Amino acid sequence: MNVLYALYADPETAQSAVDSLHAASSELKFDERQIVIVSGEPHEGYDFADAHLASSPYRWAVLGAVVGGTAGYLLTTLTQTSYPIITGAMSITPGWTNGIIVYEMTMLGAILTTLVTLLIGAGLPNFKGVITDPEIWMGKILVGVADAPESSQPELERCLLEAGATQVKQFSGASH
Amino acid sequence: MQRTAEQIEQDLVWPIFHTSTKYKVAVALASCLVLAGVAVYGYQIWAGIGVWGLNSPVFWAFDITNFVFWIGISHAGTLISAILRLCNATWRRPVTRCAEAITVFSIIIGATIPLCHIGRPWLAYWMIPYPNQRGIWPNFRSPLAWDFFAISTYLTGSVIFLYLPTIPDFATARDAATGLRKKIFRAFALGWQGTPRQWQRLEIAMHIMAIAIVPVAVSVHTIVSWDFSMTLVPMWHSTIFGPYFVVGAIFSGIAALILTMALLRKFLHLEEYLQPIHFNNLGKLLLTMSLLWFYFTFAERLTTWYGNTPSEMDVFWQTIRLHFAPMFWTMVFCNFIIPMPLLAIKRLRTITGTAIASCTILVGMWLERFLIIVPALDHKFLRYTWGTYRPTWVEDTLMAASFGLMTLLYLLFTKFVPMISIWEMKVGLQPHGGGIITTAPSHGKHHGLILEGPLPTDVPE
Repeated sequence: MNVLYALYADPETAQSAVDSLHAASSELKFDERQIVIVSGEPHEGYDFADAHLASSPYRWAVLGAVVGGTAGYLLTTLTQTSYPIITGAMSITPGWTNGIIVYEMTMLGAILTTLVTLLIGAGLPNFKGVITDPEIWMGKILVGVADAPESSQPELERCLLEAGATQVKQFSGASH
Repeated sequence: MQRTAEQIEQDLVWPIFHTSTKYKVAVALASCLVLAGVAVYGYQIWAGIGVWGLNSPVFWAFDITNFVFWIGISHAGTLISAILRLCNATWRRPVTRCAEAITVFSIIIGATIPLCHIGRPWLAYWMIPYPNQRGIWPNFRSPLAWDFFAISTYLTGSVIFLYLPTIPDFATARDAATGLRKKIFRAFALGWQGTPRQWQRLEIAMHIMAIAIVPVAVSVHTIVSWDFSMTLVPMWHSTIFGPYFVVGAIFSGIAALILTMALLRKFLHLEEYLQPIHFNNLGKLLLTMSLLWFYFTFAERLTTWYGNTPSEMDVFWQTIRLHFAPMFWTMVFCNFIIPMPLLAIKRLRTITGTAIASCTILVGMWLERFLIIVPALDHKFLRYTWGTYRPTWVEDTLMAASFGLMTLLYLLFTKFVPMISIWEMKVGLQPHGGGIITTAPSHGKHHGLILEGPLPTDVPE
């Protein structure tokens, strides 16, 4: 992966760079999905950050909780009914005490699903082609275009510089 | 005093790459304790669990005391961190990771204690529910089975809750490190870049985790309390035990957190980050918990005294004015009398004041667990069954080793992970970040990333 990018000191200028890239995408023959934004911290309240808002992780967590709770119910009831336990006239599968296991398994299901949802949603793990620049950890925001056509690169550089960058850099796809 | 984003990164990554002599000495001392514990545990396996001081009628003592103590300490981190996250308390940022790490290590230590107690840990798999020829079938009615599920869930959740916000900081360390360290940080960073999509997903995941982990944390110590209250032992069979244990756990957990923060501040030179305001706020929380703890203790004792059941009164007087009275009154002094002025008087609620109060509270809460367990087992219903308990050197050493292990794990963790979340501190630099970190006056397009502190000037040092 080759990325032509520039670093911006604040989210406002980064946003204007992203806006210019969006505007120029069809003219410079690259897809909007090729625009790369990387920062060392989240920036709420900007279009480039909020474009990825999603509510699906909450739904998946609820589904995970249901699956976990069902697994807990099956674990307690099936194991207790599948073996001749002498219970001294108590019920084989008492709801009160099994409920504790079911509750814990429900929460475990939600927690594990949240982890899986994050990993899938964030594309992790991904050890190939991690684009980074030491300056992003100093507060800069990286905005660029991945695998842009060579013919449009001079125009792309101009676009990035006009948005407020002082320098345009190139990243070539080694894994990090 | 001002800090920029670059300085924040340097300050917080620095302890990972620089090791002082004091650190090495601390690691050596903690390792000695752990090695002593391993050796003594080896001796216990060879000689049998009879080398402990347990005998009829006291079959639970130091081990379960330490188990409850460490599980209680674990409430410092994940629960407090989750609540502060959900409340969006901006002052939490330098505190959360210190707290979450305490949780993970103390649960691990707590969970190893039952393994020691079963005497033959290589047969632990007998507890797994599967059809077997011995005719043994684990019973889900046992509170110990509930413990297993509760602690496993809490440990899993706490590890994830600690790890997720650490991923971006691993990426920071990855880009700052070289050689083997770079490879290790690279593996743990999972290829984190910091795209808007990744940040969004991370923040949503942390929000869901915070919601899920709070009821789990409460359930864990409630279930630990049920280990006792589900039996008919005098002064154990009490409906108040669930909330009493939860309050005690949060109480001791906050004390452990304050003490750890004071040590980290001193030895990792985090004075600019762990400021008096953090100790002041946690000190207020500790004060509240101290009052709550006193209320629960008083309510429990008053109800027992008013009921005047002979079997319960035997245990009651043992703790109030007979054999266990010195421990009981030491507990009251450590948990209430000493912390009260230190935490209630603003002038005394300093870093030193809160750290001293935390030390006494940790001692007091360990005594509380011991006093719940041993006097009740010593003096059950029939007087001819009464007995006494004295810990042996094996139990003393294993207990010391558990403290050594906690110290060692924490020290090693500080070499592996920035103890304050770098990216969350940087979020505090943003205009809406609030809290102790504010933005300097903007000059042109640059935000002027500045950390100002300490903010409230009336907080005593």
